[in-house]
Amino acid sequence: MAEPKAKDVLFDPIVNRNPIALLVLGICSALAVTTQLWPTIIMCLAVTAVVACSNVAVSLIRNDIPASIRIICQMTIIASLVIIVDQLLKAYAFTVSQQLSVFVGLIITNCIVMGRAEGFAMKEGPKLSFLDGIGNGLGYSLILVVCGVFRELFGSGSLFGYTLLNPVKEGGWYVPNGMMLLPPSAFFIIGGTIWLIRSIRPEQIEAD
Amino acid sequence: MIELPTLEAGLALFVKSVFVENLALAFFLGMCTFLAVSKDVKSAIGLSMAVVVIQTITIPVNNLLFQFVLKPNAIGTGIDLSFLGLICYIGVIAAMVQILEMFLDRYVPALHATLGIFLPLITVNCAILGGSLFMVERDYNFAESVIYGFGSGTGWGLAICALAGIREKMKYSDVPAGLRGLGITFVTVGLMALAFMGFSGIQL
Repeated sequence: MAEPKAKDVLFDPIVNRNPIALLVLGICSALAVTTQLWPTIIMCLAVTAVVACSNVAVSLIRNDIPASIRIICQMTIIASLVIIVDQLLKAYAFTVSQQLSVFVGLIITNCIVMGRAEGFAMKEGPKLSFLDGIGNGLGYSLILVVCGVFRELFGSGSLFGYTLLNPVKEGGWYVPNGMMLLPPSAFFIIGGTIWLIRSIRPEQIEAD
Repeated sequence: MIELPTLEAGLALFVKSVFVENLALAFFLGMCTFLAVSKDVKSAIGLSMAVVVIQTITIPVNNLLFQFVLKPNAIGTGIDLSFLGLICYIGVIAAMVQILEMFLDRYVPALHATLGIFLPLITVNCAILGGSLFMVERDYNFAESVIYGFGSGTGWGLAICALAGIREKMKYSDVPAGLRGLGITFVTVGLMALAFMGFSGIQL
């Protein structure tokens, strides 16, 4: 394989090799937190920060980790980073951290973080690993933000809490689509997004 | 001391954790494995058995850990170790998975052959860690946590077996090209989740 270029490493995961749509990683948290846009964005930032930092950390010590215990080493690094993020959120954004409840903690088992540490950071230097982490974080964020926009806009007629479509309840014209606030709608939106991406790039359809 | 919940309360908690608060379909936990291993019923059953076992062991163990070590004032007044929760729970889970794997390998090789390949997957399954975190958040006592662990594991297993059954049947359907594979699976899971929401009004 040719030496990976910094630009490709950063931008590839956003559409071409999107961690959620192509690799089926990290869906767990993608679905539950996207009812409103604001918590969604906080979640994206948290995940991006954790992926980037854990990639750098794993990459820095990649030559010193014995292969047999690498999973537990990566796990410890990731868990420590997530604890830091969790404590920061509790200190500076308490309401959002209440809304996200257990899902901040679940970043630890988010397969993207683990997958990138194992699949990329164990092989490449810290600089590229950092870019790879940011890129994958952004790819994850893209799907989450799409999901969050649809769900908040059609579910409650607002974005970031500002009313855009005036709902009937407050004398407006828009009848909110209650299903968008329910968990299953996230599946339909992500399913649709995958359909869209794969229609544009048919080579991503997996062989059955 | 362990306080036992009444039979009614215990049963209610069990049904609630299997159906109403199904980890997979109501909280979307363990989705990565849920989508990846649901291609055929046989492996789905293997994985769900492994999940039930691990869930029933780790949640009570994490409960004891929380009650006697991590809880504020548990090991001495003014000492609050709850911020170490995440790293401890994941450590317990990883250790339990490892111990169970070694135990099965040594004493029940037949079962190890079936479950073996699924055990490592479980360490990074969010349903397991999620179960422990929900247990802490809802402040279950020890007996409740055993019931909750068993119930939530069963619920997750039930969901993945159902999805695997549907996907096996779906091989015969004509799905639009771009939607094939992952896309249609998402839509299916969405419909299943909608169906499971029918349980949500149940008060026990």
